[in-house]
Amino acid sequence: MFPILKKQMLAPNICLMDVLAPRVASSARPGQFIILRTDAKGERIPLTICDYNADRGIVTIVTQMVGASSRKILSFNEGDAFPDFVGPLGIPSEFIHFTDQQLKGKKYLFIAGGLGTAPVYPQVKYLHERDVRADVIIGAKTKDLVIFENEMKSVCDNLYICTDDGSYGFKGLVTDKLKEIMNNGAVYDQVVAIGPMVMMKFVTLAAKPYNLPLIVSLNTLMVDGTGMCGACRVTVGGKTRFACVEGPEFDAYQVDFDEAMRRQGMYKTQETEADHNCFIDLHSHE
Amino acid sequence: MSKIPRVAVREQDPLERAHNFDEVSFGYNREEAILEASRCLQCKNPKCVSGCPVSINIPRFIASVNADHMEEAASVIAADSSLPAVCGRVCPQEIQCEGSCILGIKYEPVAIGKLERYVADWARKNNYSTVAGAPYNGKKVAVIGSGPAGLACATDLAKAGCRVAVFEALHKPGGVLVYGIPEFRLPKDEVVAYEIDQVQKLGVTIETNVVVGRTVTIDELMDREGFDAVFVGSGAGLPRFMGIPGENLNGVVSANEFLTRSNLMSAYSPDSDTPIYVGKHVTVIGGGNVAMDAARTALRLGAGVTVVYRRTEKEMPARVEEVHHAKEEGIAFELLCNPTSVLGNEKGWVTGLRCIRMELGEPDESGRRRPVEIPGSEFDKPCDVVVIALGTVANPLIARTTPGLNINKYNGIVADENGVTSRPGVFAGGDVVSGAATVILAMGAGRKAARAILDYLKIT
Repeated sequence: MFPILKKQMLAPNICLMDVLAPRVASSARPGQFIILRTDAKGERIPLTICDYNADRGIVTIVTQMVGASSRKILSFNEGDAFPDFVGPLGIPSEFIHFTDQQLKGKKYLFIAGGLGTAPVYPQVKYLHERDVRADVIIGAKTKDLVIFENEMKSVCDNLYICTDDGSYGFKGLVTDKLKEIMNNGAVYDQVVAIGPMVMMKFVTLAAKPYNLPLIVSLNTLMVDGTGMCGACRVTVGGKTRFACVEGPEFDAYQVDFDEAMRRQGMYKTQETEADHNCFIDLHSHE
Repeated sequence: MSKIPRVAVREQDPLERAHNFDEVSFGYNREEAILEASRCLQCKNPKCVSGCPVSINIPRFIASVNADHMEEAASVIAADSSLPAVCGRVCPQEIQCEGSCILGIKYEPVAIGKLERYVADWARKNNYSTVAGAPYNGKKVAVIGSGPAGLACATDLAKAGCRVAVFEALHKPGGVLVYGIPEFRLPKDEVVAYEIDQVQKLGVTIETNVVVGRTVTIDELMDREGFDAVFVGSGAGLPRFMGIPGENLNGVVSANEFLTRSNLMSAYSPDSDTPIYVGKHVTVIGGGNVAMDAARTALRLGAGVTVVYRRTEKEMPARVEEVHHAKEEGIAFELLCNPTSVLGNEKGWVTGLRCIRMELGEPDESGRRRPVEIPGSEFDKPCDVVVIALGTVANPLIARTTPGLNINKYNGIVADENGVTSRPGVFAGGDVVSGAATVILAMGAGRKAARAILDYLKIT
């Protein structure tokens, strides 16, 4: 069992939990994720790791209530325990392999969308601890849904907050902010975008004209998360890759986002799509 | 003796069982078991024993059944097998013990598998436990993977007095017995959980939710956690795809995904949170046991099902019994037929499978006649879901995180027949070494490795 030591609401529907999982905490690195189950009938739910503390054996996760499974997670309280909590899964962010010397003088930009702010935080924190400069753009629908603002401020250089409705910070999309920063002459060695698939797609389109190296973290469907099922397969550079064991981070310019978004909806739209009966030979698309 | 025909096993009616997940075979009752046991010739030089990968003393346990001494029969089997109720159900007896039975030359072989199942079920229902541990010998062994190889290895090590800790990546122990083989062939709670529980009663601990290679490495287990040896029985978990156009359309799944959703996550049950999608018609690609399991699962979930296989029924790697059951239940077979692309609509959902007819040519390196395409014979087969059951390969995670552990070109761990690898103290067996095979071959490999581990630890 994996006890919840702390539960904190970050926004009306977004909750942070510190979970006691010593094995996971001691192996976790930025960029990785965990899978948890709430009960015997529950799904295996993949969640990015938001923070970890090996000494205390704690892994921090952030969940947004979007459906039945996340509702179950949010129904847990301090003192309750998850029956299953496995990880860290996936390959850590590329920069953890760089020496301090290699990282020296580099400048990063992180673009976080909504809940994607949570997994961005450990990456910025890791770089901050090694004196690497990083700017962060956080995008959210509205002021209430901006999370981790203070934590992020303490580890990044410039923090830009965007809201769709203009209720806080810059009114507009993260892509607008990105263009503004770049047009003002900013220079980055690496950009990392984590958020909804559609946001990552448009960040990729927006970043391309500036020749910005861009990494995205793909939140695909998964069952086991260890390479067994292939539900997470994505096309990257024309090849099928498993996001769970070969990702979740990939070179954004190689990712087929339209396919990835379509595959995410595999179990959402099955009823409405069921009576389609039109034949297209996929050969002809190549 | 041989005048008595082989006692047929009672089964659920095919039309009824096509709509439920209850076990297909009812197994023998006591009278049937004793009658079938009476057919055994009690050979002086029993061929069946050498046909058994774990060398169960088959004539002896059958003699005990014949004498209605079921406790004795259970003890004889338990000396060599920790999963008898599993093996009695899923072993390919026709090519092992029963395939070697002398009676089979002229008549039908003794139904050894059904007798094993009867004895194991009897022991479970009568709470007859043969579990006996040994005093602690001071050695700690880590077993990676709680499938058939790991459980068999752990059992023998625990019986020799080792302290054994099994690490399982998923949330439930059992490996392929839990995520792969469906409930209607192998009941999970009643049979699998019970036999794993028996292994734990020997003092073996099972820690779930540990992905070795990610959560902890083999080096950490040995250096930090004090394990004297490690057995890797992590299986062949990575599904193979065909690389044909349309394979990433919505509705194309690996058999691993399809079966994991249904079996491990109980998606067949309405109260499970995990979804599974079958649409109206499912096409399963492949001719092995996994293909049959996927097809029969899809059928039970309400779909019409066709199995597509590129050779003929004779070359199918699936057990004869499985193919027979699948046909009885109403699954269609499209043989000598190979998929060339998956067809989809403008929304990216599967609408069918484009296939080409095949004919058998000259034998290939496997000895089977090689299927060759018949030019111009392409045709489209409409369906909503395509399940790809073309085998699995080893997960490279452990090999990649264990320096000095040699692997082959399929990412399998290189080990000799005793499970000895290139790393001192690290042993391996089962599918991670052999590639996808059977439950019983994995158990046999686990037992051999246990023997080698005891030698390595100088325990006699």
